[in-house]
Order: sequence, then structure tokens, then C-alpha cells
Amino acid sequence: MTDAPSDRKSPKRPISRRRFLADTAKTACGVGLVGLVVAMHAEGAKSLPAAAIRPPGALPEKDFLASCVRCGLCVRDCPYEILKLAELGENVATGTPYFTARTGPCEMCEDIPCVPACPTGALDHALTDITKAKMGVAVLIDKETCIAFQGLRCEVCFNVCPVRGEAIKLEYRTNPRSGKHAFFEPVVYSDGCTGCGLCEKACILEEAAIKVLPTRLAKGELGEHYRLGWEQKQEKGESLVAPDPEHRYNLPEGVTYDHQGRGLMMEKGAAAPDTSPASNSALETLKRGIPEAK
Amino acid sequence: MATPDQDIGKDAVLQKGWIEAYKWLTLRRFSQVAILAMFMSGPWFGVWVLKGNIASSELLNTVPMTDPLLFLQMLAAGFFGIATPALIGAAVIAVFFLIAGGRVYCSWVCPMNFVTDAAYWVRRRLSIKSNTHISRNIRYWILGMVLIVAALTGTLAYELVNPVSVLYRGLIFGMGAGWAVVLGIFLFDLFVLQRGWCGHVCPMGAAYALIGRGSLVRARADRREACDNCMECFAVCPEPHVISPALRGKGGTATVIYSGDCTNCGRCIDICPEDVFNFGLRFPAVRQPQEWITPAEGKAGT
Repeated sequence: MTDAPSDRKSPKRPISRRRFLADTAKTACGVGLVGLVVAMHAEGAKSLPAAAIRPPGALPEKDFLASCVRCGLCVRDCPYEILKLAELGENVATGTPYFTARTGPCEMCEDIPCVPACPTGALDHALTDITKAKMGVAVLIDKETCIAFQGLRCEVCFNVCPVRGEAIKLEYRTNPRSGKHAFFEPVVYSDGCTGCGLCEKACILEEAAIKVLPTRLAKGELGEHYRLGWEQKQEKGESLVAPDPEHRYNLPEGVTYDHQGRGLMMEKGAAAPDTSPASNSALETLKRGIPEAK
Repeated sequence: MATPDQDIGKDAVLQKGWIEAYKWLTLRRFSQVAILAMFMSGPWFGVWVLKGNIASSELLNTVPMTDPLLFLQMLAAGFFGIATPALIGAAVIAVFFLIAGGRVYCSWVCPMNFVTDAAYWVRRRLSIKSNTHISRNIRYWILGMVLIVAALTGTLAYELVNPVSVLYRGLIFGMGAGWAVVLGIFLFDLFVLQRGWCGHVCPMGAAYALIGRGSLVRARADRREACDNCMECFAVCPEPHVISPALRGKGGTATVIYSGDCTNCGRCIDICPEDVFNFGLRFPAVRQPQEWITPAEGKAGT
């Protein structure tokens, strides 16, 4: 019993090549299987539930999962304590930070303390203006229950919005039911929306009609081949292709159609002489026939 | 003559007194609890000493610290734009453990050490035997697997399940189903494989063991001539294979425990009634034997 236990267990004799290869293959297979399970689990964990929102400045989810070390420093530096690290068993990738808009939305601190707290840059340190954050996009997801669409006054989401008037605008529409009132419809403009979730938190319904969704779910994407002529024209100051020909209806000479609401117009100079019994109204002229007008 | 299991540690207490016989174990437990306390004092009492968790943290809001394995996983996952705090943090940790001993992390910091030490203690108390045998080198395979999986999925995949971070993060931020994982490791160590998790499987330990291969502070068997083969050090050592080269080496061979697997836990120092072991630096590698008189020689001389 004077030998060390290690000596007793494995007597020192050269391992045959056969045994070495067999052992190596066995280990590689075993570890490989475990790796496969971990990898498959990781693939599944890539799908962030729609209700879980990453802190401001979070890199796109794919990069975020490669860079967040789950240390919780962002959680610690959030003064409103809205951030939470996902616990094992939740369907958010274990240990990663998120918040839930309905219960605890981002209060959009001006100095964004959670972002510089991140040691790895999973929260992009380049984000210094919180109004430029894109945590998600608010979507007025259910017009059937939003009371503004019933003609009732609410506008809570509009009023709590930290970028008031930019992310959510009120648009008026006649209420056909009463005929004399207006709907004050909240409309989200994604350019201005940071996805903070204050609107979702504030929505007075039992289940919010306005919800913050991940941008990938909330937004469509126009095909790259679309060129919006009017935008290009505005940028350039003129049409990039042949200038638009002025549209003319098939109207008698001396009559034009004004699109701004005035309707049929007599062209200047072509107006009927005062001496004529014909009316000065273009419509009258049209009805009577042009030769008469001349 | 090897000491029977139930008598392990008794000689040391008799020879050196309880305090000396449990010195490093006590210090180690103190260190583990103190580090956890420094993390908890913030959320509990508003006194921020350490902020974050062992994946990455901040000491007194200034010194960043980042776990090297997490750092490597980020790189493997293809994230190269790592911000400065994490770069500095990984360097701070690497340098610290290069000095103190790589797997000092395992025995002086890691919370899983409580769990696996408890499993080992119960295992010995109940004389649970299992004949599972896995190579202790499998952890290096797993370390490689962790990095490959990170590369394949482009995410820190292992961190979804890493029991060490699940436990530490759980203690500080909320455990969720993490208790099940911790219980699983306890049972694995208790029934399936002796010193299973820390001694065979854990890739974090493997990463620190790689650092430990070059680290400065080492356990040494400088008075190995005094060894009377009671075998108690082998019984308490979490990585018994590291002892032999230093203890059993003959004549001019090194008395230093060079293996990166050694956790610098100091249990061998505590347990040895003959005071064979001590902490020292990795050099000088060889101490000439005539510097002391072994107990046997001493007796012979009188």
C-alpha cells in the first residue's frame, strides 16, 4: 500500500494504439452528443418571445446572444429596476436581460445608465441619445377594442409617450355615428417610436390594445427595387426622368379642371365676354356647348 | 500505512491542533462566503462592493472583471467588437489567476465547490462506492466542445446551461429552475462519479486549469522526506493525481505540484500530520533535502 492510488489504478504500461483510438473515439462521441444537445437547445433559445424586450441599445438579437455574458450589470444600473435576467426555465435565453412593457416599461433615462454599464458592448455604447433607441415598435394592435376607435376620448397612450407627438400622433376622423363628433385615433409612426413601452403600460384596457413588438414582427419591408418618385423628386428638386406632362382632361378649349377644389374653370382670357347672355360659370358654358360661348 | 477512511484528519488534529488542521479549509470557506457577500451587500444593503456576477463584474464601480471562458466564447461565437471593460476585465482575471493559481477560482471562489464538497463529504460518510470511471481529461474535451458549439450556433450556447453561472447568477438574481441543475450535480457527484463535476466535467475549471499551468503560487511537498505514507492527502485531495510527481519524486526532482489541475485548496497542507506540504512559488523547483531533519532521522539521532 505504499504506491499512490493513481499508480495502483493505472499500472504503467504503454497504451496500445488500438486502445488509444478506441478511447478517443468514445470520448469524442460522448462529448459530441452533449454538444449536440447544447447546440440544439441554443438554436431553440434564439427565438425571443415577443413580449420580452431587450434593454436600449441592444445589438440585433443574433449578435446580442453572441455578446451578452449575462452578468446583470445593466440590471443593477437601471434606476427603475425594470430589467430582469431570465431565469432557467423561462423561455428567454437563460441569464439574458429583458423587460416586459406591460408591467415595467423603459422610462427612457436621458443618460441611459444601463448602456455604459454593459462590459462587453452587447448594449451598444454608441447609443447616447435615448430617443434614437429602437427597443421595438409600438403597434396599435387592436382597433376593435381601443376606445378611441369607438369614438370615446382617451388619448392616454398619446399623452404618456416620452416623444410626444412624434411616435404617436392623433389623427381625426369624422364619427359617422353621431355625424358631428370626431374619432381621435392614435397612430404610431415607427420613425419616432423607441419601443419603450410606456404606452402599453398606460393603456387603460384590461389587455392593452397598443403593444410594443419586436421590430421584425411590427414592420413590413419594402422591396429594394421600389423607388418612390415623389421622394426622389423632392430630394433632387426635379424629376429624375422626363418631367411629368401636365394632365389635361378632354375638355373644350378654354376650360380647365382645378384639382384643389375649385373644379371646372374658365381659362383666363378665354372667359366669355360680358356681353354674352351665357353664364360666367364654366359648367354652364360646358352644358351649352363651346361654340356658343365663343 | 494508509489511514482508514473514518480516521482521516484525526492525526492532523492531534498533532497540530484543530486550527492548524483546518486552517486553509476555513480560509477557503471564508473567501467563498465573503465574495458572495460582496455581491449580495449591494442588492440587500445598498453597499456596492462587487456588482454583477462571476461572469462579469465590477469591483467598487471601477475595476472590471470578466471570466476568461466567457470571453473565449464571445470570440468563438464571432463577436469581435468586445468593449473595453470586458477586455480589461478578462486581462485582470487572467493576470490574477496567473499569480494566485488558475484553479484558485474553483476552490476559493466558485459556489459549486460547496455543492460538490458536500457531495464528497456525504459520499465518504455513507461509504458510497461507484465504479464509474471517466478520464479526468474529459473536461478539456468539453471545453473544446463549448467553444465549437459557440462557433456553430453563433451564441454563448453553453451559458444557457452552465451550472456554475446558473448557480451564482441564481443566488444573486433569482434561481428559477436552476436548483434542479444544482441538485443534479450534487446527485451526480454523490452517486455516479466521485469528484465528478469539478474533477472531471466542468469546462470552466478546465479553462482555469490551463491558466494554472503557468501560475506562480503553488502547493509544494517541500518536506516530502517526512512523508510516512498515511495517504490522507490523497484521500482529501480533489485532484489526487497532481500529488504524486511532487511527493513521490526521488532525490533531485521537483517538489512543486506543477499540474494545472491542482486547485491550491490547501487541504493537503491541513491534513498532513507531518507537515510535508506548504504553499510557495513555482521556483526554485528543487529544494535540497538536507535543509531539514525528518522525524525518523530525528529519532534515530537521539
